[in-house]
Amino acid sequence: MASLVDKTTVGGTARGLSGVSFTLILIAVAGLTFVAGRWLGISYAFVMGYTIVQYIVLSTAWNILGGYTGYVNFGVTAFFAMGSYSTVVLYKLTPALPLPIMILVGGVVAGLVGLGTGYLTLRLRGVYFSIATLALAVVMQTLMTNWDLVGGARGAYVLRPREAPLIGGDYVQYLFLNMLILAVLAVATARAIERAALGYGFAAIRDDEAAAEASGVPTLRLKLIATTLSGAFMGMAGAPLPYKDAFLEPTSVFSLDYAVNAIAMPLIGGTSSWLGPVIGAVLVGGLQEYVRVTISSAVNVLVVGLLLVIFVVAAPKGIVGLFQRKR
Amino acid sequence: MTALLQVDGVGKRFGGFVALDGIQLDVREGERLGLIGPNGSGKSTLVNCICGTLRNEQGQVRFAGETLDGLAAHERTHRGLARSFQLPRPFTSLSLAENVRIPIIYTVNARGRHGLTGAAIDARCLEVLGEVGLAAKADRLPRDLTQIEMRKLELARAMAADPRLLIADEAMAGLSHGEVDEIIALLIRLNGQGVTIIMIEHIMRAVMEFSQRIAVLVAGRKIADGDPKEVVRDPEVVRAYLGE
Amino acid sequence: MDVSFDLLLNAIISGLLLGGFYAALSVGVAVAFGMLDVVNIAHPAFILLGSYVAFIGNTVFGIDPILAAVIALPAFYLLGMLGYQVYYVAFERRDDQSLRGLSFFFGLLFITEVTLVLIFGVDYRTVQASYIGPSISLGLFDVALRLLVPFLVALAMVVGLQVFLARTFVGRAIQAVAQDQGALRLMAADPVRIKRIAFGLSIATASLAGALLIIYQPVEPSIGRAFIGRIFAICVLGGLGSLPGMLIAAMTLGVAESLTSTFFGPSWSPAVAFGILLITLAVRPSGILGR
Repeated sequence: MASLVDKTTVGGTARGLSGVSFTLILIAVAGLTFVAGRWLGISYAFVMGYTIVQYIVLSTAWNILGGYTGYVNFGVTAFFAMGSYSTVVLYKLTPALPLPIMILVGGVVAGLVGLGTGYLTLRLRGVYFSIATLALAVVMQTLMTNWDLVGGARGAYVLRPREAPLIGGDYVQYLFLNMLILAVLAVATARAIERAALGYGFAAIRDDEAAAEASGVPTLRLKLIATTLSGAFMGMAGAPLPYKDAFLEPTSVFSLDYAVNAIAMPLIGGTSSWLGPVIGAVLVGGLQEYVRVTISSAVNVLVVGLLLVIFVVAAPKGIVGLFQRKR
Repeated sequence: MTALLQVDGVGKRFGGFVALDGIQLDVREGERLGLIGPNGSGKSTLVNCICGTLRNEQGQVRFAGETLDGLAAHERTHRGLARSFQLPRPFTSLSLAENVRIPIIYTVNARGRHGLTGAAIDARCLEVLGEVGLAAKADRLPRDLTQIEMRKLELARAMAADPRLLIADEAMAGLSHGEVDEIIALLIRLNGQGVTIIMIEHIMRAVMEFSQRIAVLVAGRKIADGDPKEVVRDPEVVRAYLGE
Repeated sequence: MDVSFDLLLNAIISGLLLGGFYAALSVGVAVAFGMLDVVNIAHPAFILLGSYVAFIGNTVFGIDPILAAVIALPAFYLLGMLGYQVYYVAFERRDDQSLRGLSFFFGLLFITEVTLVLIFGVDYRTVQASYIGPSISLGLFDVALRLLVPFLVALAMVVGLQVFLARTFVGRAIQAVAQDQGALRLMAADPVRIKRIAFGLSIATASLAGALLIIYQPVEPSIGRAFIGRIFAICVLGGLGSLPGMLIAAMTLGVAESLTSTFFGPSWSPAVAFGILLITLAVRPSGILGR
């Protein structure tokens, strides 16, 4: 396990697997997962798989700004929903547009929102950024609820194809495949950041921003990069949602559950490396699903909140931290 | 020849409180300047204004003939200004080697002239740590360090930025006699390599040993500036700071 | 757009009443964030807790909601002290405030909201009281008592708290701890104990604020989130550490929202607070009366 996490923190000459080898392994794992799913042929497995992989992307995205750079984004839903809504708009304008393109557009839109928000608030204390993201989510929800093109409060319907393009079979499998590719991209990016100068810059900002500036780190520029990247991935994670549910309405896409999960999963899994959000997403996502099925869907959400508070207080380094080598 | 650093009429207020009032100070290239004064006299504020952590409302700071107005702190570091913090501010989650790596990859490499890569960066990290005697602890975390080691790390990080001018802000506070000697020797060695140094200190012995020139700050104003032996005998300096 | 003078004046008066009410919601954060630097984004959750306590007091025991809140004050005070102790031990002492401290409060916000949903469901709840319904005549206008009473109670709360801070030893110690902990130690007061008391007070205000909220409008668990932006916008605009500033800011926001709502529609209200927050942070981050 320790060898999967090349180093305990950002640092050292890049040891272990090269970025390319790592990405190839990720692709292999993703591919195997998908093939296994096809062979099993259970539709529910694909839906659950989609949800968990979606959370891998969300958690990894959050962690780039949160765990690596130290800026807490509470407005996860703003970026996530931007992706979903851009899909709806594209659907209304050009329904035949392939999903991967819609995902990319969702990423660009959300990334721009991230850049804009960052530009307005990142010159100040991190706390103000966090509060601003919270307010941003509320404002976005207000805007979308009032926008008729996307259905306003009533929501918008999306006609989803019956069959998956390219690979055939149920459409949900195609959605799952797209999300898997997105997850590979997100995790590979996170790891690449960790090992590059950018990752060091982020860590310096997180540990002591004033000292980072004094050491020559262009803190504002790096923070904007982090916010944009993070926002873009969140938007891409949200982009396929209207196709999955064949429907999009504000209350559910802006649900606080997404924000809590995106924050709890990295904090529980461990924020110092790419592995933490992945572990967090798989474990917590799986646990949620179990609780939802056995007890109730309101309780499953409570469980995540409780775990978040417990881990933040008692195990600040998360699950990954429990297994780290002591220096 | 123009001085390397020109503090030209710099003024700074916090609300109604005047922290700096028309500070006029020149530092020549290669010089060893000592900056002294009572607590609260504005020494750290001056450092912050020079380095860009704070913006001065009046006056101008010029480095190598060019104004620093409007430049962010990291840009000033790129130009060749470096400082150590009075209270050490290490990057707590990074090892010592990684701590000095930051200025190397973000300042030295940013200057574009001769970027270091890969193994050369690692070697340079160890080299810088070696100059302060911390090479053996390169892979440890800052929390494992003693007080003096923290201060050495603080200096090492400033040195790693390959500065033309280094401001050492009370780097010796609380250290023992021998430890003070170590730091003085380090700074003189650095100066010998061509780095201009401003030493801010309360330890008069160190200031006298080190400085070619001393400036005195009291209540936001510079009240003396010149040869150490003369400044130390200046009645106003004695009254305001040194005591009878 | 028919801008009649009556409409405008009405909007301004409603805005002022709203502003006073907002001040009650924000005073707890003005203390916690403005003076203790504790970013308690879960404050609206505590307010909602207060609302439901008032609701139970009213529907089960038939007590006036404000009275119910006053009775519950000590419990909220203790809850606040406990909350601060946990926060201090887990975060402040370890100097690990930002990421984890914020997430801690976010978790609390969330847990409280979900627990309230589990217990009370998502239906809107209201209370009954003699002053909910009738209006009184103030010169040219009829003002609903339902809006006036929270305004008056809110003013009393803020003024009372300000007097406490300025006149009592503990109050002055709280102001001191906001500015210089070292000096406080020299005064032989334990900063942690003072902060605990201050945070207890902060949460206690939530109890009253909750009662005022449920008098003002029907509540259901998720409405708390809509107030976070407003509360922090008010505290930032007013200037951290200043209760009078917070009051002015609250009035300003109230009037701004009321005017926006009257002339552009009520659904834009949350954007007003966000806009004010962004503008303040960009132009004058220290706020109107900030240190």
